[in-house]
Amino acid sequence: MSPLLFVAQRATAFVLALAVAVHLGTILYAVRGGLTAAEILARTHGNVGFALFYGVFVVAVAIHAPIGLRNILREWTRWRGRTLDLALALFAVLLLGLGLRAVFAVVTT
Amino acid sequence: MMRASHQQRGFLAAMIHRLSGIALAIFLPLHFLALATALNGAPALDSFLALTRQPLIAALEFGIVVALALHMTLGLRVLAIEIFDFREQTLVPLAVCLAAVFAVGLLLILNMV
Amino acid sequence: MTGATQGSTLGVDIWRGTETGRFQTFAITRRAHQTVLDVVTEIQREHDATLSYRFACRVGMCGSCAMVVNGRPRWTCRTRVSEVIDAGGRLRLEPLRNFAIVKDLAVEMTQFFDKLKDAKGYFEPGPAPTPDFAVVPPATPERQAADAGIECIGCGVCYSACDVVAWDKDYLGPAALNRAWTLVNDVRDRGQGERLDAVSQSNGCQACHTHMSCTSFCPKAIAPTYAIAGLKRAVLRRALRGNL
Repeated sequence: MSPLLFVAQRATAFVLALAVAVHLGTILYAVRGGLTAAEILARTHGNVGFALFYGVFVVAVAIHAPIGLRNILREWTRWRGRTLDLALALFAVLLLGLGLRAVFAVVTT
Repeated sequence: MMRASHQQRGFLAAMIHRLSGIALAIFLPLHFLALATALNGAPALDSFLALTRQPLIAALEFGIVVALALHMTLGLRVLAIEIFDFREQTLVPLAVCLAAVFAVGLLLILNMV
Repeated sequence: MTGATQGSTLGVDIWRGTETGRFQTFAITRRAHQTVLDVVTEIQREHDATLSYRFACRVGMCGSCAMVVNGRPRWTCRTRVSEVIDAGGRLRLEPLRNFAIVKDLAVEMTQFFDKLKDAKGYFEPGPAPTPDFAVVPPATPERQAADAGIECIGCGVCYSACDVVAWDKDYLGPAALNRAWTLVNDVRDRGQGERLDAVSQSNGCQACHTHMSCTSFCPKAIAPTYAIAGLKRAVLRRALRGNL
């Protein structure tokens, strides 16, 4: 990968290390005794801090995951070049779109 | 005969890191779609969450949380070597990673049951 | 060596041919302190003169005798049969992986050395001679980093072991990148910009996934993984200064 992709991959890795630690801790805590929609939404509804945190999380993932997949596809298949980059850019947009929509869903419902 | 390079612990770490990454990349769009069912109100999300109480789905969920913990700890190993010039070559770092993942998995089981 | 193994028969399977070929089996007598090079030489001289292989110094200085022994790349002159013989009491000899095969156990090294050049693994003195000798204290961090990798003799063991080279034929590989790192740390060198460019393309240091086989197998105890990590940091630092 190019220096730009490498920087993006490692920088988002740092961001995700923090975000995942918080997310895992939250899941472990919240999942006690079962999980209902009402419980989740009670925590997330109108929560600006939550929206910001998970917004950043989604952006970081949308950058980090496609770059990782690009390495795997280039190394383990014959796919490379512009079509591969385009496909992964589309995947990045998909993750970003679906992710931000999910954040929006739990914060506004 | 498995070639010697595939018997190295660094190779095993890299493969677990890579395969857990693939699993997470497949899981994430589904996760986002599931959460967005809340747009149709809490009952919609609840009916989706009910699915996760089935044993197979619960097991897969457990698997994906473990995959996340593995991907993170092994990613931290890579960052340690690359960015912080970490040179420890014994099994200790890998053991620490696996212990952390095991702790996460155990806590998850205890909290889910 | 115990009496039980001295004089017993060693089964040896050797690759014959090029990319297509087959394993040919030989049986030779085990002797005390036998090295794998002793075995190959005995086979070529007394059993099959058509076997092709390389060696030169016989004493672990030149790296010419490198080949894959029971799945792992080694110097055959420095490998005792007793230390590598498999559970079935056999030896399996193959040419180095990731190289084109010339014949049998001899491989084409040209691409390997070309990558040393591609990685700018050579000293760049700059356009004009310096007015005086450079003073480089051995204890400085840069010189210690360079010294840690400078003993590489280009034997190809690390390149043979590298999974990323196996997956991507364009990858510069551990030896070329390790050599580039020794020069990145050479304070006299005037070609650092071009060198960092050379090692940060898609076939460069970023492709290393820290499997660390190179570091495990290097017969000179060099650690290309850490040299490559150093290159990654140099590339990152340059990128954060706006140089992408």
